[in-house]
Amino acid sequence: MLRLEKRPQPSRLWTYATPPLAVVITMIAGAALFAALGKDPVEAIATIFWKPLFGEFSFYYRPQLLIKAAPLILIAIGLSLGFRAGIWNIGAEGQYIIGALAGAGVALALYPLESRIVFPLMVIAGALGGWAWAMIPALLKVRFGTNEILVSLMLVYVAEQLLAAMALGLMKNPEGRGFPGSRNLREYDSAHNADIIAGTGMHWGVAAAVIAVIAAYILLSRHSLGFHIRLAGQAPRAARFAGVRPGRLVIFCLGVAGALAGLAGMFEVAGPAGQISIDFNVGYGFTAIIVAFLGRLHPVGIGLAGLLMALTYIGGEMAQSTLGLPAAAIQLFQGMLLFFLLAVDLLTNYRIRLHKREAV
Amino acid sequence: MALEVAALSLPAPSAFGCVLRDVTFTLRQGEILGIGGVAGNGQDEVLAALSGERLTDPERVRLDGRAIGRLGPNARRALGLLAAPEERLGHAAAPDMSLTENAVLSAATREGLTRHGFIRWGAARAFASRVIAAFDVRTPGPETAARALSGGNLQKFVIGREVLQRPRVLVVNQPTWGVDAAAAAAIRQALLDLAADGAAILCISQDLDELMEIADRFAALNEGRLSEARPTASLSLDEIGLMMGGAHGMEVAHV
Repeated sequence: MLRLEKRPQPSRLWTYATPPLAVVITMIAGAALFAALGKDPVEAIATIFWKPLFGEFSFYYRPQLLIKAAPLILIAIGLSLGFRAGIWNIGAEGQYIIGALAGAGVALALYPLESRIVFPLMVIAGALGGWAWAMIPALLKVRFGTNEILVSLMLVYVAEQLLAAMALGLMKNPEGRGFPGSRNLREYDSAHNADIIAGTGMHWGVAAAVIAVIAAYILLSRHSLGFHIRLAGQAPRAARFAGVRPGRLVIFCLGVAGALAGLAGMFEVAGPAGQISIDFNVGYGFTAIIVAFLGRLHPVGIGLAGLLMALTYIGGEMAQSTLGLPAAAIQLFQGMLLFFLLAVDLLTNYRIRLHKREAV
Repeated sequence: MALEVAALSLPAPSAFGCVLRDVTFTLRQGEILGIGGVAGNGQDEVLAALSGERLTDPERVRLDGRAIGRLGPNARRALGLLAAPEERLGHAAAPDMSLTENAVLSAATREGLTRHGFIRWGAARAFASRVIAAFDVRTPGPETAARALSGGNLQKFVIGREVLQRPRVLVVNQPTWGVDAAAAAAIRQALLDLAADGAAILCISQDLDELMEIADRFAALNEGRLSEARPTASLSLDEIGLMMGGAHGMEVAHV
């Protein structure tokens, strides 16, 4: 008979071993799924994980990896701070949209001014936009005790309506012959978030993601604010005893998450996406939740998880076009990854014992 | 007077908490005041109001004559008022954190474990090791998680962490609850030594024998009201029973 036994302290080995194990199990279960769909399982897994990196067209897909991973990592880092403290911001998608609107708004207002100041102003506006959107659930929670999960999630849909209204109204390209969507910022040099090194996909958002990973690492491991964040998540009463003020923590965590999501949106609209359009947001804000947990809410883990998740996006698209896999199969695949991770997570805190029933 | 609490009244913190009604007492340097009573009569609430977890009107709590009712836990620690809550796992210590991290939890201010907001992990580890050595905490080392320690050992760590910070006033709640006899004796001795060195100690406990052993004066909490404190040496069991039952100032029948 199998029995679970609580470990006296979390296993260090399994803390690091569970994410790779979850990936391996996902590959096996995914292969079985693809086989059941009548596809060659080895071919499908290779298409998702191998070909984008080392296949024939990897020169095209490798930069895509950074472009997709950067917003995921940037958002997930912000979310992870809150998640560590037990503050559940589910509305990063909305903060991402508002950041993009604010950043693009600055660029469009200054158009056609060519100046070095334009891009930095957009960065500030993007961060402030996301921050302000996140302050709504934060202040409501601190002042009235509302549930930040619901408020932040609902604000995503408000932000989507605002995005549509902007794409069709205020920000619509006056020279766009009536098509919805703003001017393309890629054609506006001062506002364009171009590759820092051409052809690598290394735009300013990637640089920001790297900085965010390092800053979050230092904050959590060295600074007393990071210590208080961890403490509040693990033992709220002990946190109050240690002098942590829960309200301030809510404001800080939601504020940082909002600012980073806003930055991600701004870098996206100024570079890879290029313009404000009705379907600008593609779900990075929600996928980042998976990235945050897959990375064990650890900054470096999130960096790796973001790259992996970006890979499944790109490989999934490849598998769709070359093998004819349905798009839903890829989403299922991503979902399985989180599911298996949470399942094997059990091993960090529990030990499985084979228990022989003793004779009475 | 080291600590003065005057007419302290507070609403219950939750549906399961207790209202504090007009709690008044004083505490001198070198003295141990014991507060007895049945659990749930305001013990946690008194500790929270003194540790700074709950704020009050400034004048309600005075430390060395200074009104501190509106100061938070760390500001009070800086002034020398320390506390050790009853619940070891989850209140006094974070279960999944190491002893080093749990040292930072309450000793960061007084032991200078942070610089410009950054934690000095080396100093924190050294302080945790000092507590472990001085209070004979049985553990593989300061990097062990708090929840891996036995109740007695963790309690020795929690009390030791506050005692080694040289408090002017120390508030402890149930210092030897669920602790083995040897550890309990060590903890009581540490409190007596601390008082002998001039600190003022408020010991909240449900263990009457413990209070009779270490306290100079005794008061009882009943439904959030505190009786007048009386010297322990002069108290009979009957009188203690009346105090704990809420019959303040009544006399025992002379038979």
